[in-house]
Amino acid sequence: MTKLTINLGDKATIKSSDIILLFNALRSAGYSVIGPTIREGTIVYEELTSIDDLPVGWTDEQEGGSYRLKKRSDNAFFGYNVGPHSWKKFLFPPSLRLWNARKNGNNFQILPENNDTPKFAFIGVRACELHAMAVQDKVFMNGTYIDPVYKSRREHAFIVAVNCGQAGNTCFCTSMKTGPKVTSGYDLSLTEIIQDEIHYFLVEVGSEIGAEILNQIPHESAENKDIESADRIVEETAKNMGRTLDTNNLKELLYNNYDNPRWDDVANRCLSCSNCTMVCPTCFCTTVEDVTDLKGENSERWRKWDSCFTVDFSYIHGGSIRSTVRSRYRQWLTHKLATWIDQFGSSGCVGCGRCITWCPVAIDLTEEVSIIRLSNNNSESLSSDKSDFREKHNH
Amino acid sequence: MSQKRKPKLAVWKFASCDGCQLSLLDCEDELLAIAGEIEIANFPEASRAVIKGPYDVSLVEGSITTPHDAERIHQVRRSSKFLITIGACATAGGIQALRNFKDVKEFISVVYAVPEYIETLNKSTPISDHVSVDFELRGCPINKLQLVEVLSAFLNARKPNIPPYSVCIECKRRATVCVMVAHGTPCLGPVTQAGCGAICPSYNRGCYGCFGPKETPNTSSLGDHWNKLSVDNDGIIRAFRGFNAYADAFRKESEIREK
Repeated sequence: MTKLTINLGDKATIKSSDIILLFNALRSAGYSVIGPTIREGTIVYEELTSIDDLPVGWTDEQEGGSYRLKKRSDNAFFGYNVGPHSWKKFLFPPSLRLWNARKNGNNFQILPENNDTPKFAFIGVRACELHAMAVQDKVFMNGTYIDPVYKSRREHAFIVAVNCGQAGNTCFCTSMKTGPKVTSGYDLSLTEIIQDEIHYFLVEVGSEIGAEILNQIPHESAENKDIESADRIVEETAKNMGRTLDTNNLKELLYNNYDNPRWDDVANRCLSCSNCTMVCPTCFCTTVEDVTDLKGENSERWRKWDSCFTVDFSYIHGGSIRSTVRSRYRQWLTHKLATWIDQFGSSGCVGCGRCITWCPVAIDLTEEVSIIRLSNNNSESLSSDKSDFREKHNH
Repeated sequence: MSQKRKPKLAVWKFASCDGCQLSLLDCEDELLAIAGEIEIANFPEASRAVIKGPYDVSLVEGSITTPHDAERIHQVRRSSKFLITIGACATAGGIQALRNFKDVKEFISVVYAVPEYIETLNKSTPISDHVSVDFELRGCPINKLQLVEVLSAFLNARKPNIPPYSVCIECKRRATVCVMVAHGTPCLGPVTQAGCGAICPSYNRGCYGCFGPKETPNTSSLGDHWNKLSVDNDGIIRAFRGFNAYADAFRKESEIREK
């Protein structure tokens, strides 16, 4: 039996130059290592061929409808915020063949699908993203019908989480209570510490398998000063959120505002292009397309990412029930922030800010909600003024 | 069991460049399968042999630009059980619909030595302005995979999977980074129908709108955003006046910005 020097729940430090050993350990354990890398002027998640693929020394500047890379003044490995991709593209593939079938006389025969599960190691998963995975876990694994593809990919995935060392302009995880500190759902979590000339990682061990991997890498026990430094970094990040969302009575607020005029205003700007739902790490809707070959002898069923912003999404016999963009935006926002709670027991929003950054016309859900809240409060005070008025005049 | 009769297919050309009908010849691997399932009865680009109608399915390319064609399309409709228009010319009037915004008589007088010889209509119009159309396949040119899909659906009596949503969905499914958000490149993707596979953004170019307006296109909001990306209204008019200039949503947006 191998004697483990580090155990679940322990904290250690590793040198920044040894991050390559973590990478190598994961690869030799048979994982395909997925992590951040620069492509098309952004930091995306892709399979990494070497540690050199990491976006060392780069960061991003984000605003509604805008994302730009920028050089950092240091050599941070993880000095950026979440980008255009989320991990869902690996766990919940954008296009997936569910089965194919062959015509057999007047019947048909379903051919088994090759279900080899890729073994992913995700490097650089943020707290909001772990919460997003937990949300999708509820959707795909905890109900009556379990998605076998998602489940096997998810269960085999090794997660190296990273505590955020900075907050982006469109981040609001503190409002959603999903970050910036990673609290659970990881195998290893890293906090990147760059002080003066010293560059190292505080590592927390979240699972047995995480301990096994860390034991293959030179590490030292973390001292109090290391833990304090890491805590300070996350506290500082929490103070710098670019956005906030007041979640107080949010569900009731949205349920009481189906006819708020703000929905018309946002519908004038909304492109119904579906970008917000595609980049959202929790959005899980799909459509199913059946295709046949020309002879009609082979047929395939494909599952593809879909969006509540399309007309066909709500098509039932006779037509689409959400023909207006107003009704589609309202459906998306109300589902994400309100009905999701009734359906799954938590909000569907993790405060990552992707829907704000990647909306081509910069629609910001935190702004929409705060304006709806403001007009709701005004109309409530207006209606209470009216009732005061009535009371006075009834006497 | 008797051998099932193969459906007869005809390909018709109106005002167009032939690019879309050549997509049928460009089907390569699928072409033999198509020829195996369909009798190509009238397709002058492929064969001089013409089998008389009526036809089970007609693919119509091109727009209506002459009085003669305005008559001919009715004959095509009469001889076709199922009529599918292919490409931006047939579905929206094509690039030649730029004439619709100007005085054609003036063009003719400037371009031709003997203007009297030219018999043309004031407007280039889509086929659906003249006859009823069973299915419109968009694109400049059409995507050959979509053409095969439409023919497969027709042969198997099912609905074709030709979604009317935005190009953005195709970009996101293939993990292409948004060129407008990440680079500030003006892109028509959010108002354009999917179908090409989001080719241009994957080469870091904005979408040119080849597949015409998507369902519920919000051209005014996108145009306002282009203004913020330093594209003036002349630039926006030029963008909307491409291959689908006369498609309703694109036409209206360009006309509003001309005022």
